[in-house]
Amino acid sequence: MQGMIEIKNLCKRFGPIVAVDDVSFAVHRGEVLGFLGPNGAGKSTTMKMITGFLTPDSGTVIIEGDDLALAPVAVKKRIGYLPEGAPLYADMTPAGFLNFIAEIRGFRGEAKRRRLDETIAKVNLEQVLDQPIGTLSKGFKRRVGLAQAIFHDPEVLILDEPTDGLDPNQKHEVRTLIRNMAKEKVIVLSTHILEEVEAVCSRAIIIAYGRLVCDGTPAELEARSRVHNAVTLALRGGAVNGTRDELRALSGVKSVELLTQNDDLARFRVYPKDGQSLVTTISQAVRERSWNVEELSIERGRLDEVFRSVTTGEPRTS
Amino acid sequence: MANIWVVFKRELTSYFMTPIAYVFIVIFLFLSGIFTFYLGNFFGRGQADLEPFFSFHPWLYLFLIPALAMRLWAEERRGGTIELLLTLPIAMPQAVLGKYLAAWAFTGIALALTFPIWLTANYLGEPDNGVVVAGYVGSFLMAGAFLAIGSCVSCLTRNQVIAFVVTAVVCLIFVLSGYPLVLDFFSSWAPRFLVETISSFSFLSHFNAITKGVIDLRDLIYFASLIAFWLFANAILIEMKKAD
Repeated sequence: MQGMIEIKNLCKRFGPIVAVDDVSFAVHRGEVLGFLGPNGAGKSTTMKMITGFLTPDSGTVIIEGDDLALAPVAVKKRIGYLPEGAPLYADMTPAGFLNFIAEIRGFRGEAKRRRLDETIAKVNLEQVLDQPIGTLSKGFKRRVGLAQAIFHDPEVLILDEPTDGLDPNQKHEVRTLIRNMAKEKVIVLSTHILEEVEAVCSRAIIIAYGRLVCDGTPAELEARSRVHNAVTLALRGGAVNGTRDELRALSGVKSVELLTQNDDLARFRVYPKDGQSLVTTISQAVRERSWNVEELSIERGRLDEVFRSVTTGEPRTS
Repeated sequence: MANIWVVFKRELTSYFMTPIAYVFIVIFLFLSGIFTFYLGNFFGRGQADLEPFFSFHPWLYLFLIPALAMRLWAEERRGGTIELLLTLPIAMPQAVLGKYLAAWAFTGIALALTFPIWLTANYLGEPDNGVVVAGYVGSFLMAGAFLAIGSCVSCLTRNQVIAFVVTAVVCLIFVLSGYPLVLDFFSSWAPRFLVETISSFSFLSHFNAITKGVIDLRDLIYFASLIAFWLFANAILIEMKKAD
């Protein structure tokens, strides 16, 4: 049970609304779990239950073998948490605030000073240490929030939308920071930016209407996309209808879609049966018929499409 | 204990990071001076004691303490920092106590800064300093009771104005319950023991008893249990309603 969180049958209602409905999953050390879902799907509620802010109606949260409900303080010691929007005490300075965090995390004296220096360097806060947090830019505020979360080098890191509202450079910095910590920690982060999942996550979970609807590596999720392994082919010359029929007749081809057609250039998308690879078949056909190829590319599948289809209940085709 | 101290320190310094501390202290000193010297007729009554000073404290606290207490939890709620605070490795009672004690210590500082009045009384005459000390103890305890009520009410809302008004009203009830205004309403129909119970809940009767110079264990228990009750309710209510 070392280095993991285990969530079992978590449920939470707010009045008549079921916010989280029977969610179970486990995350191991070294994994960065991306928590995806539309707004209001229950991501933040789940994270609030994992960090012990909310008490679940039923279900258990086990962190490194300890049940959160039975030993809340012990479990909270091992978690670093960045709540949504990174709330901070606006009157305090980053120096004062991190000092408070240090002391509440049990650091004193020399150890505290060393840890403060390390953390401040890690998130580049040196230049604003003595300005009130309320006057800082969004990027700096987020860094203070991150510093607070990683201060005690926790085994488990829960980050609720860590890059929300940051500019592309700041996003990149935060992602690099997360990636650098990934190896020795269990990291769960929520986001609705799909590129972020590809950039930092080793696994992704999609949650919709409080239910877990998808769980896999980003590549596996992409494979669920309708366009996964489809081949896009642009041909110059030739009769469009004839070519389409010929493509459709190839083995392993499920359907052919004409994407665009102008002058004598026609772009087709060829969908495979059961997501199999079509490249060899098609390139062979191209050679045999000596088609004039302008473009040939394979679709990896699109996360946003998978995301949309599993979170809106749109029929899924594979 | 260590955690209470850490929360206490953060909270107390945050008063002095904002104008709250200075505004509160200045207004408190100014008003207590006005009340003592003008309404209380400190000089004219020709007695070397601080009775006119202390007798206005319940009324002064009635609007100043809710102003101090309203932010205790309502602000954490509004700013979302309650989520930060309660996911740190501290137990709920430690958070409640740390914040409460900081606010109480702050009123203690404000109260201590009224020492010139005590110096004046000593310069002009020979007051019974034992009674003066008892007065300060009583006033401090009463401030603590007001604050405990305010802390509890403050945790129920994210709106500081609501916290202020509700706290002031609850405190007013506690102050007035020894007054004929309230007691007459009950005495016509309620049994005598009930009227006496209501009367015994009054801040005034206990506070006045202490400021007379008699620190009775019963009065101390009254304030201590009142504070304990409201803080206990505070901890329970936050636990229940922290996510709302």
